[in-house]
Amino acid sequence: MADAGMLRFHVPEPEVRPGGTPDFSNVTIAAAGSVPRPDIDVDPRTIRDMAFSIIRVLNRDGEAVGPWAGLLSNEELLEGLRHMMTLRTFDARMQMAQRQGKTSFYMQHLGEEAVSCAFRKALEPGDMNFPTYRQAGLLIADGYPMVTMMNQIYSNEADPLKGRQLPIMYSSKEHGFFSISGNLATQYIQAVGWAMASAISNDSKIAAGWIGDGSTAESDFHSALVFASTYKAPVVLNVVNNQWAISTFQGIARGGSGTFAARGLGFGIPSLRVDGNDYLAVHAVAKWAAERARKNLGPTLVEYVTYRAGAHSSSDDPSAYRPKTESDAWPLGDPIVRLKNHLIGLGAWSDERHAQAEAEILDTVIAAQKEAESHGTLHAGGKPSTRDMFEGLYAEMPPHLRRQRQQAGV
Amino acid sequence: MPRRTMIEAIRDAMDVSMGRDDKVVVFGEDVGFFGGVFRCTQGLQAKYGKSRCFDAPINESGIVGSAIGMAAYGLKPCVEIQFADYMYPAYDQLTQEAARLRYRSNGDFTCPIVVRMPTGGGIFGGQTHSQSPEALFTHVSGLKTVVPSNPHDAKGLLIAAIEDPDPVIFLEPKRLYNGPFDGHHDRPVTPWSKHQLGEVADGHYTVPLGKAAIRRAGSDVTVLAYGTMVYVAQAAAEETGIDAEIIDLRTLLPLDLDAIVASVKKTGRCVIVHEATLTSGFGAELSALVQENCFYHLEAPVARVAGWDTPYPHAQEWDYFPGPARVGRALIETLEA
Repeated sequence: MADAGMLRFHVPEPEVRPGGTPDFSNVTIAAAGSVPRPDIDVDPRTIRDMAFSIIRVLNRDGEAVGPWAGLLSNEELLEGLRHMMTLRTFDARMQMAQRQGKTSFYMQHLGEEAVSCAFRKALEPGDMNFPTYRQAGLLIADGYPMVTMMNQIYSNEADPLKGRQLPIMYSSKEHGFFSISGNLATQYIQAVGWAMASAISNDSKIAAGWIGDGSTAESDFHSALVFASTYKAPVVLNVVNNQWAISTFQGIARGGSGTFAARGLGFGIPSLRVDGNDYLAVHAVAKWAAERARKNLGPTLVEYVTYRAGAHSSSDDPSAYRPKTESDAWPLGDPIVRLKNHLIGLGAWSDERHAQAEAEILDTVIAAQKEAESHGTLHAGGKPSTRDMFEGLYAEMPPHLRRQRQQAGV
Repeated sequence: MPRRTMIEAIRDAMDVSMGRDDKVVVFGEDVGFFGGVFRCTQGLQAKYGKSRCFDAPINESGIVGSAIGMAAYGLKPCVEIQFADYMYPAYDQLTQEAARLRYRSNGDFTCPIVVRMPTGGGIFGGQTHSQSPEALFTHVSGLKTVVPSNPHDAKGLLIAAIEDPDPVIFLEPKRLYNGPFDGHHDRPVTPWSKHQLGEVADGHYTVPLGKAAIRRAGSDVTVLAYGTMVYVAQAAAEETGIDAEIIDLRTLLPLDLDAIVASVKKTGRCVIVHEATLTSGFGAELSALVQENCFYHLEAPVARVAGWDTPYPHAQEWDYFPGPARVGRALIETLEA
């Protein structure tokens, strides 16, 4: 044996680095409509292959095809399109506001809008998401006020979180959106705990955990899968595989497992992969998984295959680690363009109406921004008080904090 | 008044709490059918069912992480970490999640959990079954840390902790489970059934968090202690004949600073005793507070007696443990200073 005697250390590398030509020819993509839709009480052992395929509804001609199609009316699809367009416009304005120094930090969803916007529509009121920092579509699609989001981003006097949290780390129990931590993966096991509590309480509500491809490497991901599997928790475990964890390509977290969905197989959890840029497919799979949870059939692991077309955050420059044109070469396209073309094909939409909607949405977002800025931005105008810094850590302020607050002169 | 061991008192606290509030759930490793390796949850699953008391996988981060999710839902989880030495995988969930949830969400979500864990050495547990990590919790904004020293307090403090709206770390000195161990490892321990603080009332009562207790009134020197060290200090006072005032802190955070300051101003001397390692231990915080608040009343330097700054050894356990001889020496030196 030629290798005998010397061990070699293996470090995975992405196919292409800056300067190279983007190449996704090795990404196997199932044809739209080709993956069957099993009954929700399917024996997980019989659908293990679904962890290695991709459920898709919209084909290259923009038609909805196959067993996962047909769940949404034209009105619902138009609403979904509007949510995604709103999120993209919101992101563009807030990214610009960050560049203008109105806040310290921002994270956008460019290319991933379908995942959170479509998922939200598969849930019922009272269900709880445990999101990461890239699921603001859950709020937009649930009608959470954009002004409130912006107030949080600006840490201004109307910030519901009193300036205590990084921008975009929203919290809204009312809208089924658990407080974003800023740590990675911690919320995944918390989602399972919330779902266990719902089952313990004989409630009907379910939870959804969210995690990115990179963070599946954290031990809390494993914890979540163990607990979800053991207690058959009513939870949908979402993995958003957007290919990049800051500068680290998904192969570093995935290792030799083939797909992230395949991580669920060893736990006996039904594990599906879905085209994350296909609004209809995301919604259909989310609905299937949510129904399983609600019918006491336990957890489902869903990997959304998508692409982070933008930077990781306002502090990141992707041109340093991947070709600039890579996002254009991404074979699953853009979620907004794809849903737009589908609706045009249905005769329910047109380029003119799309352009008009874009203008209307921009006006709405700008109006919200003006209102938010009237309450201040990070470095100008109204802001939370120094007293707010000391409040709210405990239900009742303990003596040592009271002394420190007095020392601070507030 | 019924007499109970500390184990029985802790079990009774959970029993009473589960009986009063069906939002209280208890889980952890070996906690369900078997009733826990120290038997603190024995009988709770049979009485309240598997939805209220159940076994968890060996995954401390998962136990605490899922408890946080349950608390966010509206339950009141009281979980067990089998040994305090096993809590480190859960440290991220405790310090960055449980501790900050109320604050970071401005009260939108809260985290009323109790994390029980046996602490301290003296059972030949070696370096992974003997630790006293209280300072790792008192350093964290948003947690409360409780260390009971007797069955009566253990029950009342645990019920108070379960009813508290914020996360509470509940450290149970395992050497006290069956009696008031005073550090004389070569002598039999008096069982709680023969000790006044083994009297544990039936039913519901609380001992408030944040209130210390004076275990021995005295005028020569103030001893600040908690958990097992309360009895070690008592033995040291008796054996040296020094009229020490021994304060059992009971809750480290929030701390009963008023009780400490009143006593040190009276005695003018202070010895701090804990089993945890010395450097950056909770004694450092206590010493700084005494200095800041009582400087002009002090007649001697504040002394600390603590575990040596090594891992908890196995064979040399009694060389490591800050027993009555070491505490006694510190009392004498403080009086002679």
